[in-house]
Amino acid sequence: MNKKQKFFAYPYVIWMFIFIVLPIVLVFLYSITTKEVNNIKTINFTLNNYKLFFDPLYIGVTIRSINLALVSTILCLVLGYPIAYIISKIHSKHRNTVLLLFILPMWMNMLLRTYAWMTILGNNGIINNFLNMLGLPSIRLLYNNSSIIIGMVYNFLPFMVLPIYTALSKMDQHLVEASHDLGADNRTTFLKVILPLSLPGVISGIIMVFMPAVSSFVIPRLLGGNRSLYIGTLIENLFLVTGDWNFGSAVAIMMMLIILVSMSILNRFDVDKEGSGSNLW
Amino acid sequence: MGNKIIELKNISKDYDVRVLNKINLYVNENEFLTLLGPSGCGKTTTLRILGGFEYPTEGDLFFDGKNINNVPPYKRQINTVFQKYALFPHLNIYENIAFGLRIKKTGDGIIKEEVKRMLKLVNLEGFENREIDSLSGGQQQRIAIARALVNKPKVLLLDEPLGALDLKLRKEMQLELKHMQREVGITFVYVTHDQEEALTMSDTVVVMNNGEIQQIGTPVDIYNEPENAFVADFIGESNIIDGIMNEDYLVTFLGRTFKCVDYGFPRNENIHVVLRPEDIVMVPENEGYIKGTVTSTIFKGVHYEMIVNVGTFEILVQSTYQSSVDDRVGLKFTPDDIHIMSKETWSE
Amino acid sequence: MVKRNLHKIYMGLIFVFLYAPILVLVAYSFNDSTSRGNWGGFTLKWYIDLFNDRDIKTALYYTVIVAMLAATIATFIGTFSAIGLYNFKKKPKAIMVNVNYLPVVNPDIVTGLSLMILYLSTNMKLGFLSMLLSHITFDIPFVILAVMPKLKSLNKHLTEAALDLGATPLYALRKVVIPEIMPGIITGFLIAFTLSIDDFVISFFTTGSGVTNLSIVIYSMARRGVKPTINALSTLMLTVVLILLFFINKRSALVEGQKNNGGIK
Repeated sequence: MNKKQKFFAYPYVIWMFIFIVLPIVLVFLYSITTKEVNNIKTINFTLNNYKLFFDPLYIGVTIRSINLALVSTILCLVLGYPIAYIISKIHSKHRNTVLLLFILPMWMNMLLRTYAWMTILGNNGIINNFLNMLGLPSIRLLYNNSSIIIGMVYNFLPFMVLPIYTALSKMDQHLVEASHDLGADNRTTFLKVILPLSLPGVISGIIMVFMPAVSSFVIPRLLGGNRSLYIGTLIENLFLVTGDWNFGSAVAIMMMLIILVSMSILNRFDVDKEGSGSNLW
Repeated sequence: MGNKIIELKNISKDYDVRVLNKINLYVNENEFLTLLGPSGCGKTTTLRILGGFEYPTEGDLFFDGKNINNVPPYKRQINTVFQKYALFPHLNIYENIAFGLRIKKTGDGIIKEEVKRMLKLVNLEGFENREIDSLSGGQQQRIAIARALVNKPKVLLLDEPLGALDLKLRKEMQLELKHMQREVGITFVYVTHDQEEALTMSDTVVVMNNGEIQQIGTPVDIYNEPENAFVADFIGESNIIDGIMNEDYLVTFLGRTFKCVDYGFPRNENIHVVLRPEDIVMVPENEGYIKGTVTSTIFKGVHYEMIVNVGTFEILVQSTYQSSVDDRVGLKFTPDDIHIMSKETWSE
Repeated sequence: MVKRNLHKIYMGLIFVFLYAPILVLVAYSFNDSTSRGNWGGFTLKWYIDLFNDRDIKTALYYTVIVAMLAATIATFIGTFSAIGLYNFKKKPKAIMVNVNYLPVVNPDIVTGLSLMILYLSTNMKLGFLSMLLSHITFDIPFVILAVMPKLKSLNKHLTEAALDLGATPLYALRKVVIPEIMPGIITGFLIAFTLSIDDFVISFFTTGSGVTNLSIVIYSMARRGVKPTINALSTLMLTVVLILLFFINKRSALVEGQKNNGGIK
């Protein structure tokens, strides 16, 4: 390689500064000011936007969003781990086909996948029609927390399954044999060898599901209706409806913070697990 | 040697094709037995059946006189040292060695003592808290042995455990393994494709090829009295020459009749003659039983290896004296050096 | 054996969960009844409606144009940046790679609104150009992520060998390095293209004045309730995806077959 080829990256360094760094700096600036930031003379710093975020109303929104994201993430993990495990155990001849079939729905536009659930859960949807046919009254399935959770699990399940599957299929099969050899039955082997070794996959799965789940505004909008606010829909409202960029920026920064903190907690958890042997000493 | 601890009766294993065919074998207590053969000969499959990772398609497997065909690996008093060690990367050395003991719900004090004892046995005292990936291949090898031996198995299975090590380390480990086996006094079943390793370490060598046992015997037997051309060819280097057994103690090959020490073949039976290259002496042309021309000569460190064309056959000769290409030479050997093998023993 | 069957039943249920919604969409796209409850007989009228829908046709046009342009430009910039970054010293390289990661790990909504703030703060009108720039911005990191590993696994002596044989550095780059990392470049392009085609959130925040893409149209239609033309659109998009996948599979099978034949010869 050639030292001169460094120059190839310079245009993108400038691009990164303008389109990646600068926008985030602007968001931060808006979050600590009132009104526009264009004019240095009229700029007015404040922490009120963050204060407002801690108003019970918005704290409620935040907690509701985190709860929803947590439930979706846990459901994805509970449903997804067995899927990853089963796929990794399938005979290599058929494994790729099953994997392809599993990922195939992901190739459909996310909005369409979400929309599909509207037609199933709606008041006129398949389930209610079926109930009516049996002479039962319709139930309200759409526009509540459960419909949002279903939508999230449906959209994000592959994000959980794929990293776990990768971790499981990368695992040396001889380790399982070694565990059996040393006297561990199937259950013990799973708990003491397979699960800990797939933990990095589980953690990236959790991150990959939790992050879009907590920030999503499409799924709450389409499947949750307009009844309650979530962080994602709140940000969208503030920017596109009320035009309050300052508060909106503060909420966005707080959301990034929440994601960052939860990611670092998870990563620490991973390290702790790996060092557990020495802790037992 | 003691009782039979393991016995295989007519063990066969089929995948898409048959990989093991009617294996009959027993292993005595405290014996160091080696399964030797080229890759794909079935030696590893045999070992995996002993370990319980594969189940035989046909036949019976006995351990201490009891049939263990369907006993899962975690209920067998057998432990394995895997080819690439298979140490648990998420556990440190202490926990790797303690793994089996913890499953047996051994007390912490005893575990600590046992781990220490094992690390001493494998010459890695003080390594308890090290991580697996900080170890060299040779050290990982020792930990894998310690992790298996700490469970006090009756039989230890070793699947080419030295394959990944360099030559010098391999030689050291060969001696150490043999030493350890004597010290702990348990049965070792060892798999290798390295004939030198097999001959150095074993009490008994089982030569396998194409899923079948070719010969079972002590290293000396296997080397000196190969039962068929495969064994002769695989163990050491040999000249395998077509010949006719005229009568007891008399054999004809390469156009001459020689005295030999073998007997019991039918008269005028077609046989294979095995001549080891190091048994042949190179002499001036007129003194030799067989005459030929040197076609190549290679220096091998301790000796020279020469190929002598004797007309219908090219004979490999090892000698500390060098001859030049195109030299006319004579070859001499004693009746003891001529080994006779029947041609039919190849596949039975 | 009981366990085997349990596995099969579980996977069966999961596949029902995954495919039922899609099959429902496809079935309803042929349903001649506006109330979705009952089957009103087979019809193609929603497809005819779809082809007469001006909004959808415009959105399709913009979706494809933006995806093609953004993926091409991003692949170009991304490939050269990856080669450049590869030659950076350790520390600046680590900083650059981390900044490059930001659009990947940031939630889409943050990327979208921060770009919107950038454009509006600089008095740029939201529309085709702002959407295209945004797409390029979130495409480039994925191209770099696809090309970088190929550069890392590239034999360092290849370029040296080329230079040794009298090639100029640029000639060596063109004739040796680029062909060697081509699989990574193609993967990068395909990822960028798919992401652009599918993007909703970032486009939603950074577009304006009548420029929309398919995702935005579907969103606004779906917000107004269920509409059978969306079902028809879904079915068509699904068909396109299936055809694409079929050809990709066939092509890779063909390539592999050729490779195998070559090996035997």
